[in-house]
Amino acid sequence: MRSRTVALSILFAALAIVVALVSLSVGTTKLPVADVIEVLLGGGRRGTRLVVLELRLPRVATGLLVGIAFAVSGALLQTLSRNPLASPDIVGVNSGASAGAVAVIVLAGTGGGNISGFAAKVGIPLAAVLGGLLATLVVGALSVQRGVVDAGKVVLIGVGVAAAANSLVAWLLVIGDVNDAGRAAAWLAGSLNARAWSDAIPVLIAVVLLLPVAMMFNRDLSALVLGDDVASSLGVRVARIRLALLVIATVLAAMATAGAGPIAFVALVAPQVAQRLTRMERPPLLTTALLGALFVVLADLLARNGLHWAHVGPYELPVGVVTAACGAPYLLHLIGRQQKGR
Amino acid sequence: MLAFTASLVLGSRWLGPGALWHALVANNGSDAGVIVRSLRLPRTVVAVLIGGCLGVAGTLMQGHTRNALAEPGIFGVSSGAAFAVVLGLQLGLVDSVSSTVWVALIGALIATFAVQQLASRGSGASPVGLALTGAAVAAMLGALTSAIVLLDANTLDSYRFWAVGSVAGRGLDVAGQVLPFAVLGLLLAAVNARDLDLLALGDDVAAGLGLSVRRARLVGLGAIGLLTAAGVAACGPIGFLGLLSGHVARRIFGARNTWLIPAAGVIGATALVLADLVGRLVGGAGEVQAGVVLGIVGAPLFVLVVRRRAVAL
Repeated sequence: MRSRTVALSILFAALAIVVALVSLSVGTTKLPVADVIEVLLGGGRRGTRLVVLELRLPRVATGLLVGIAFAVSGALLQTLSRNPLASPDIVGVNSGASAGAVAVIVLAGTGGGNISGFAAKVGIPLAAVLGGLLATLVVGALSVQRGVVDAGKVVLIGVGVAAAANSLVAWLLVIGDVNDAGRAAAWLAGSLNARAWSDAIPVLIAVVLLLPVAMMFNRDLSALVLGDDVASSLGVRVARIRLALLVIATVLAAMATAGAGPIAFVALVAPQVAQRLTRMERPPLLTTALLGALFVVLADLLARNGLHWAHVGPYELPVGVVTAACGAPYLLHLIGRQQKGR
Repeated sequence: MLAFTASLVLGSRWLGPGALWHALVANNGSDAGVIVRSLRLPRTVVAVLIGGCLGVAGTLMQGHTRNALAEPGIFGVSSGAAFAVVLGLQLGLVDSVSSTVWVALIGALIATFAVQQLASRGSGASPVGLALTGAAVAAMLGALTSAIVLLDANTLDSYRFWAVGSVAGRGLDVAGQVLPFAVLGLLLAAVNARDLDLLALGDDVAAGLGLSVRRARLVGLGAIGLLTAAGVAACGPIGFLGLLSGHVARRIFGARNTWLIPAAGVIGATALVLADLVGRLVGGAGEVQAGVVLGIVGAPLFVLVVRRRAVAL
């Protein structure tokens, strides 16, 4: 890695840690940052330990992890398709995962807004992964014409598949009980509210297992940027690696969707910003991952306290609203640039 | 006509043609009479009206943007209207269907204009650029909409039924209230159809033939906004209907807008009636909303259009 990339990675990691510490210290009970650090190191009073370790840390940890997962997924998809717009939220992976997860929330729901522990712990992530994989499969199969994947068509077909999945979600919301629908709707906005360790751990497992695998393909990814022909002449088994990385990207996005809902635009924005700042020819995976983590915890800090700080009221916003508000203008900017380049 | 009749005859209770005729002409309070008059007839009328509006709106958009993918649902117009309606509900501005239409109209027009403007920076709006700009605007408005809905738990319950897009439970009063907007929109569309044939030759040629391009675009924009607003206000955001009608009509009637646009209206009306009917029949005890049926039927069509290279990329 070049020194610029290393420096930026360290910077993003440090900022993410600082924001996470701030996020752990603010809330209805304000805690000094020093106390938070003391708790994290194993000390502190029991009340403080309870607030930090049981209430706030699961939420912050989930945020960091889904940030990593979405960002890496976006980086992989953008590199594979050579299209900066091909992120899981645009090409239908998140919508497919949402349809799967909402189906479990609504159909396994008891009507009280709760579902049994097993269905919640295993069912939602599993259904999300299956839904996300199915969407990827459909988009992938349909956008191949005469053996070639058309990067522009991947995006458009993804938009179509996402629309179909979204109408399925709308229907599931209607047939469900109002409490289950409420739970699903809160989740659909992309929310870290009331996350427990059971939400964080599946994402943690996915990140720990898949991020290193993705990093092992770093050299092949650099070759793929040059085009399939060049890559295969460099000894890269293009088709096989493309499939493997596609599956990794899908599983990461789907697990993150299962953990915190389809948080908008993280997968799109983080790789692009990381690529610009490091001045690389493709999004660097580790830097992108750390930037994604920073983006989500920062957005969640704002979502949780923004309205309160602005004296609007004691409301919390879902984190997805903040990332959408920041991400959509960036997407528009990106489209504008692409059009000018045309 | 066939679809219209089928929609009256079929349902969780089958009514023979004789019973239907009887129910329509004689108001004798029989079961069949009640079912047809108070349930099936109103929703079928609403479906015809709104289906026609959305079919015409989609075809107009396809003509004006020269973009085979143009559709109120995909281009962010419906989400603009939806966001405006939810905002209006929250602020207490909306209390009846007619005020909903006004609010939806403003939202639809602003979104149409914004997407068009944002997408045509640089070298003019390409199909991909327009579709993606629409998707971006729709994503942002969707997030804001859900934020409002989540802050107020009461709104969610009515919102979720409205957001799916359905003609169930919409009575003749709803049709009556959106009727002026729909009629005005359809009139503007009829006026616009001939201009659109000229515009299809290119803006410069059209201007050379004495057409005010600017005015024609504004009339078109107004028609699209009015028709989409009427549709969204009455039935919620129903996707893919404009896309579907436009392409089917083009297949049958060719590219002349004076034929194409009325045909798309008829096809849109038929499609929505059929979608509602299919949703009623497959749903069993409950029913699948027309918006869902159209989403599931429309998405493959969208993919087909994209694959056919009907889109100039």
